[in-house]
Amino acid sequence: MSNEKPGTDVSSASEGNLLPERFDDPGLPEHKARLTDTDPRAAKRAELQVVILFGISIVGTILAVVAYAVIRPGETVESIRTSTLVLGVGLAMAMGGIGLAAVHWAKTLMNDHEKVEYRHPQASNAAERAGALAALKDGAEDSGIGRRGLLKGAVVSALALAPLGFAVPLIGGVGGDWNVSKFRHTLWAKGTRLTHDPSGRLLKASDVTIGSAVHVIPDGLRDHEEWIEEKAKAVVLVVRLDPRDLVEAEGRTDWSYEGIVAYSKICTHVGCPVALYEQQTHHLLCPCHQSTFDMADGAKVVFGPAKRPLPQLPITVDDEGYLVAQSDFLEPIGPSYWERLK
Amino acid sequence: MSQQPTNAPRAVSGTADYLDQRTGIAKAVKEFSRKIFPDHWSFLIGEIALYSFVVLLLTGVFLTLFFVPSMELVEYEGPLAAMNGVEMSKAFESTLHLSFEVTGGLLMRQIHHWAALIFMAAIVTHMMRVFFTGAFRKPREINWVVGFTLMILGLAAGFSGYSLPDDVLSGNGLRITDGVVKSIPIIGSYMSYFLFGGEFPGTQIIPRLFTVHILLIPALILALIGAHLFLVVLHKHTQFPGSGRTDRNVVGYPLFPVYVAKAGGFFFVVFGVLALMGATMTINPVWNYGPYDPSPVSAGSQPDWYMLFLDGALRLMPGFPEFVVGGFTVSLNVLIPAMIVPGVLFSGLALFPFIEAYATGDKREHHVLDRPRNAPVRTASGVSILTAFMVLILASSNDIIAPIFAMSINDLTWVFRVLLFVLPAITFWATKRIALGLQRKDRELVLHGHESARIVRFAHGEYVEVHQPLDTHERWLRVQHTPERPIPLLPAEDDRGVTRKGYRKDAVRARISSFFFEDRIEPVTPADLAEAHAHGDHTELPGGAGHDPANLVESAPSSTGGALGGGPNAPHDA
Amino acid sequence: MKALTARRHHRFAPVVLLTLALALTGAVYAAFTPTQATAAAAPTETDIEMGQALFRANCATCHGTGAAGREGVAPSLVGVGAAAVDFQVSTGRMPMMANGVQAPAKPPVFTEEQVQQLAGYVASLGAGPAIPSADAVDAAKGDAGNGMALFRTNCAMCHGAVGQGGSLSGGKYAPNLLGVDGTTVYEAMITGPQSMPVFNDATVTPEEKRDIIAYLAAQEQGSPGGAALGSIGPVVEGLWAWVIGIGLLIVAAVWIGAKSS
Repeated sequence: MSNEKPGTDVSSASEGNLLPERFDDPGLPEHKARLTDTDPRAAKRAELQVVILFGISIVGTILAVVAYAVIRPGETVESIRTSTLVLGVGLAMAMGGIGLAAVHWAKTLMNDHEKVEYRHPQASNAAERAGALAALKDGAEDSGIGRRGLLKGAVVSALALAPLGFAVPLIGGVGGDWNVSKFRHTLWAKGTRLTHDPSGRLLKASDVTIGSAVHVIPDGLRDHEEWIEEKAKAVVLVVRLDPRDLVEAEGRTDWSYEGIVAYSKICTHVGCPVALYEQQTHHLLCPCHQSTFDMADGAKVVFGPAKRPLPQLPITVDDEGYLVAQSDFLEPIGPSYWERLK
Repeated sequence: MSQQPTNAPRAVSGTADYLDQRTGIAKAVKEFSRKIFPDHWSFLIGEIALYSFVVLLLTGVFLTLFFVPSMELVEYEGPLAAMNGVEMSKAFESTLHLSFEVTGGLLMRQIHHWAALIFMAAIVTHMMRVFFTGAFRKPREINWVVGFTLMILGLAAGFSGYSLPDDVLSGNGLRITDGVVKSIPIIGSYMSYFLFGGEFPGTQIIPRLFTVHILLIPALILALIGAHLFLVVLHKHTQFPGSGRTDRNVVGYPLFPVYVAKAGGFFFVVFGVLALMGATMTINPVWNYGPYDPSPVSAGSQPDWYMLFLDGALRLMPGFPEFVVGGFTVSLNVLIPAMIVPGVLFSGLALFPFIEAYATGDKREHHVLDRPRNAPVRTASGVSILTAFMVLILASSNDIIAPIFAMSINDLTWVFRVLLFVLPAITFWATKRIALGLQRKDRELVLHGHESARIVRFAHGEYVEVHQPLDTHERWLRVQHTPERPIPLLPAEDDRGVTRKGYRKDAVRARISSFFFEDRIEPVTPADLAEAHAHGDHTELPGGAGHDPANLVESAPSSTGGALGGGPNAPHDA
Repeated sequence: MKALTARRHHRFAPVVLLTLALALTGAVYAAFTPTQATAAAAPTETDIEMGQALFRANCATCHGTGAAGREGVAPSLVGVGAAAVDFQVSTGRMPMMANGVQAPAKPPVFTEEQVQQLAGYVASLGAGPAIPSADAVDAAKGDAGNGMALFRTNCAMCHGAVGQGGSLSGGKYAPNLLGVDGTTVYEAMITGPQSMPVFNDATVTPEEKRDIIAYLAAQEQGSPGGAALGSIGPVVEGLWAWVIGIGLLIVAAVWIGAKSS
């Protein structure tokens, strides 16, 4: 006989008025004695076990201290691993031993009769509440703030504004020169030579064969005061495609050189270096969130959470055959921000 | 074992007297030392978080003695051959020095990082236990919010911590943070400058994260842990339903000595496990990633596990919703996964107690926990939110999963895009049905007892299986819960046909309440049980103790022959 | 015969019959499955001719008789050089047995001698990268430090920080490099197999290639922190934190909370 339709009321008082509406709490179950409570030999055994566990802890401590003195990290991977292992195992024994001992002691030997404590309702009783209200009322009256509206307004205004004297210098000092227009420019300029990242070795067009991918930084990067910040904007990936596979937008046909194209390496999604060049598909994959760009077609987005194509660096060769930039990128590199088009 | 009053050694009594004369501490000792705490293993999960935090503090102090939070560049000289002569920040260099040249340094670093992962895992597990047992109900709503805030602070602590070594992996994480911050409308680029003290990466971010990580966040966490534990003591701990346990008592063992030993011992166990992990398992091998440079990146770039939901959301979002409005760029493709999705999920979690309270209209205090099956919509909601997080975590791992199972990350991304919306709905429905089914099973069990596998054949040819009735304790566990019913909706118009003010609000509330509680199974009442017996349910053979309903309620066999109410173990003041 | 007939109702009789039937089926299948075609021609004088024969028998179906390639099936091998052939064939990637986005490494089909003959033949078709000398791939001669810096910039994004492998798009992947022979690594760099870019000697010099090989060899020492957990990163670390860490601690909690008997 089960309640087939959930949600319908079931109580039937037809059986007579002998039955309570709900079952009653049967009260605490009877306490069951443990083996260690009834058998003194078992209790002794448990005590010995606890002692042994504490003993293991002491052994562990000794092991850790001796290992510290005797096993030095040394110069090799192996020796560092050994030192870490022995010290750590010693520490684990030292700590774990105490823990296991204490718990075993509590479980087997400590009094395990359940006790009951009464709960009081959280809310204070009526008298206490009335007292609190009265106290607050008296205090407010003593202060006179109730009658003096102007005072109230002044207190609030002053308190609300005061933190500014502290917060403004704190926040203002934290942003450097606050010059966000720097996002717009990189070190690349007309005639800047392309060099290998990170060695700085110059890059010739003939070095880049079909299928190769070269990581590039501008010549003279390291001379710059804030070279890491500039590198974070200036890193470029150069690949060479078969010119027949290359699709070039109008007005950009002179941005490449014999199938060699250069694009910003900073993802337009949230800024990871886009570096996984898949030679056969000429797709460039970003490992962070899998935005994929087609290097043969203006680095447009073919998959993933990026919206905009990678900015292209217009390149050509100088008279010695080295790859050089024709200008800076024509748009800010990297992730979008509110005023990037302004 | 009887206890004899012992004469404490003079040093102890002397100290106690000294303190009491100056602080009146005897009162507190009397109040707290024998305080009763209930016993269940799941109540120890919060302690895993607490003790991991203590281990974090201890190992963290060790690390601060050697770590240098500076982005100034130096050349490495040390045992790691692969890095000799390499230019790196002092932060990275001091991390390598600490790992390879300080005895025990690598051990401490690894314990610290494993402890951080387990701190967050324990917080989540503890939160789940609290959620699924309804421990957030009155009077504990404030503590739920405190705990939730602790979780958010833990996320911040972990993120700032693993970024400190200034390696390529965490550095790219900071770059992503910069990209997300930049996408914020109007103030985004200024916020980027605020965070990094200028253009990315600058020279400020590591020292700032250091201050945040060792000072600001630990201070806040410690304060909130204090509040959290204070509230637990103030409210007294909740207890699982069972015989003798009511909303008006706490049944368990005294703090001293039982919980000092068990909970104190557990601290050492946690420390031991963390030490063992730090000794044997490599974690965050920054020497493999290399010092941060804006150019390199490695395959398998993910943040620590507790941030994976954010990374997963960023991966799943398609790129099209980036718009230019009046010349200004709004990148919803970044804002939605980074701000809105986590915002929705976390808000749902944080506000759930208040939503449920609104739906029940229940103003009583609750100290006896719910069995999850007895709150089907709550349990289903929790599973549903967890499912959403799990999908995001798996999405973040798509490039780890793909090569293992020879799948395409593109296909996986599409699958997870769909699952993110579909799977939580499915798991909600399935969990709710399972909970209701378990409640039905409980009803069946109470009404008909356990199958005893004893088949009896009567002379007239009928076969019956004799059922073993539940003892009073088993039965109590299954019938003690108060059935929540939907809030009834008073009529829209009063008897004069005037529409009641506030009817619309009541109607909304009634709808929500109905969503929560319309589908329910009522617990068995004595009347139900009597009816079941009267219809011959074979808990007894004919000619036995009889079918007198009054007898049946009492005569169910149990070890003590439990009485109706009262009894020798009635609650009393401790 | 009588002994067999007498036992025809034995309870193991079906088992024996089944085993015999399976063995017979297997033998017939093996007999009729085409094996790898070996050079059917009579032995000729030069290795190049041997190579050509091998090529015709095993590779020409996809790559064309003159290795000129077939549109949409297989690329031209003219100019790929001996290095490419040595790489693809000695790692078993070629012959490619099944259509797919990527040719996986598998047990090689040809002997060392046959691989050299194939390589010699393809090299004769057009100038291309040669198989590197033992000296060029000697890890002991390379600078692991410089190798790591190069690896980090050029290789780690696909192959992972220590060469443990990584995912590419569409089901492709960059394989695990641990334990891979130095020659194979060199040849892969210089020929750029499938999705891998070409790292010619101008962009990564031969000395730099040897440095990279030295770096990879150093990874075989394992991790100073203990078990490397596959060197996969935070995802796997998080997984073990839950499974081992929380797992062990919950076991401990259950033990603590359980009533002692």
